[in-house]
Amino acid sequence: MLTDEYDPHGGRMLQVLDQSGQVVRPELEPKLDNAKLQRAYRTMVLSRVVDEKAIIMQRQGRLGAYPPNRGQEAASLGPAMATETDDWMVWAFRELAGLLWKGVPMLNYLLYWMGNEEGSRYPEGVNVTPAAIPVASQLPIAVGIAYASALRREGKVVLSFCGDGATSEGEFHEALNNAGVFRTPNIFVIQNNQWAISVPRSRQTAAPTLAQKACAYGFKGILVDGNDLLAMYIATQEAAERARKGEGPTLIEAYTYRLGNHTTSDDARKYREEQELREWELRDPLVRMKAYMVAKGLLDESGDEAIWNEARAATEKGVEEAEGFPAPTLEDAFKFTYAEMPPSLRTEMERLRDDLKEGER
Amino acid sequence: MALINMVSALNSALANMLEEDPSVVVLGEDVGKDGGVFRVTDGLFNRFGAERVIDTPLAEAAIAGMAIGMAMNGLRPVAEIQFMGFSYLTLNQLISHASRMRNRSRGRFTVPMVMRMPYGAGVKALEHHSESTESLYVQIPGLKVVVPSTPRDAKGLLISAIRDPDPVVFLEPTRSYRLMKEEIEDTPFTVPIGEAKTLRSGTDVTIVGWGAMMPLVVKAAEAASAEGISCEVIDLRTLSPMDSETVVSSVKRTGRCVISQEAPRTCGVAAELIARINEEALLSLEAPVERVTAPDIIVPLPKGEQYYYLNANRLYRAVKKVAEF
Repeated sequence: MLTDEYDPHGGRMLQVLDQSGQVVRPELEPKLDNAKLQRAYRTMVLSRVVDEKAIIMQRQGRLGAYPPNRGQEAASLGPAMATETDDWMVWAFRELAGLLWKGVPMLNYLLYWMGNEEGSRYPEGVNVTPAAIPVASQLPIAVGIAYASALRREGKVVLSFCGDGATSEGEFHEALNNAGVFRTPNIFVIQNNQWAISVPRSRQTAAPTLAQKACAYGFKGILVDGNDLLAMYIATQEAAERARKGEGPTLIEAYTYRLGNHTTSDDARKYREEQELREWELRDPLVRMKAYMVAKGLLDESGDEAIWNEARAATEKGVEEAEGFPAPTLEDAFKFTYAEMPPSLRTEMERLRDDLKEGER
Repeated sequence: MALINMVSALNSALANMLEEDPSVVVLGEDVGKDGGVFRVTDGLFNRFGAERVIDTPLAEAAIAGMAIGMAMNGLRPVAEIQFMGFSYLTLNQLISHASRMRNRSRGRFTVPMVMRMPYGAGVKALEHHSESTESLYVQIPGLKVVVPSTPRDAKGLLISAIRDPDPVVFLEPTRSYRLMKEEIEDTPFTVPIGEAKTLRSGTDVTIVGWGAMMPLVVKAAEAASAEGISCEVIDLRTLSPMDSETVVSSVKRTGRCVISQEAPRTCGVAAELIARINEEALLSLEAPVERVTAPDIIVPLPKGEQYYYLNANRLYRAVKKVAEF
């Protein structure tokens, strides 16, 4: 088992692809068919393009504060690819590539960050929960979802994400502790992108790795190169098998880096060294995946260009659709508070409607 | 039918629902083998098994959070928080997720969960076991907050809460757990959430209370009636969404109102009720509305409880005051 070979106490990090796209552990290379690999690469590119577009739109006042995903595409996509379509995904707020793979429409993603709740009304059958901005608060929920699935013997797994900063929260501890006790089919991925806004990973815990926290909860943990799509895929695949067999949760530390700012309101130059950023830019997961695809004969320069152009066109179309989407009505703001609107709330709504009718004086 | 107290009535509601609906689960600290520290879940573990009557680790945020996840994924969880004083760790889950999941997902996900907890002073409990911080929960849109005062209402409201499509915070007055018994059906029945109950009709003064205040309210009303002040008594039963209509229409008739609130004074449920009375019945008022509450102090330990916990005499004097205004 990978989790034995890569015992987190040893500090070893699972890697299948090196930065040049060379397979360093051929026996671990997953047998993904070409179509799946091509779809994976296209998803990474699309994620990158949508992300860049969202940042530009924020600067233009067309979208609200936004958390960039750049550099972390493999860390959410690999796990998403290793789960079944109807398995659950409980994300935090920096997992765009994984969301796209799981079937969350780009329109939804854009609408949410543009400030419309309709964005989080994911299509039926897409078992993805809405974004969770209070860090780690989504993890106890992921355990409850997994408990319910296990109680019905559905054989589904629940893939959840949080950041390195979230591991310091009480809810991270409570969730993982409960998951261990109940042996729920959870996979906890920590996107260790080294920075929680301005606070470095070393300020979150004195433990050498985040993966080793699993040991205290009585389940397996593994440190994985989070910029290596194939390594993230196989680590999650093993975790999913374990979960489906009723052998409990797994903690995966995806060792990655936030190449962008925390959000569009942040300026990372204030607290981190330019040199560090430059080094991590060389480890861009898209560059690595492209080299792998080229080496496998699945991609050439003109094919790559076509993929980027296709992603740009799809993004422009998505943006157009999102910007043409109707804004919420006054009633929308009220009617989802409860299944049935209480009389006192209806009165408040009607009063507000009247107030707003008066217009400016 | 059986003559039972509130603890047994709640137990009966849980047993009925576990039996009726396989998606109902009970979770919390000591709710399994031990049957809960107040015995509300007694016997359920043996009857329905460890998978549905779940002893959890000591982790309130995870109890609430797991209940949310369960509810989003097809179960109807009933979580027990051992005492209201330990419920504050659940606030992040309730505010950030339970209360808003329906709204933020535009109905794609809903959270039909119940979070039960005993609350309130007057039982000479340990520190942190006497608070009555219902206002915290009433301030959260998307939650319902229910407080029964009798065994019958406790059973009927709990069944309504479990069947409700939205998250319900279910407050159980510790002081009333074993205070009185009522004849109650063994089978399921409901008491509607969001409806106050008029316990007695009167013409001079409306007295409003909820939870553990009700026996004191009734006592004060009886004392006042003996002196010729006819009191209408209303048990609010649901604090959110608040049935102020029943209160307002009563005050329009009596013109006078006293509100009994166990919690400290400032920003309490009484303040909200008074605001609504002022908005809707100001011109019917013959006297300013009185609220009899705890002072804005920390709940004293049992030796000093008398400085905090209100009594029927204070209520009676407030009734006299508004009647003679």
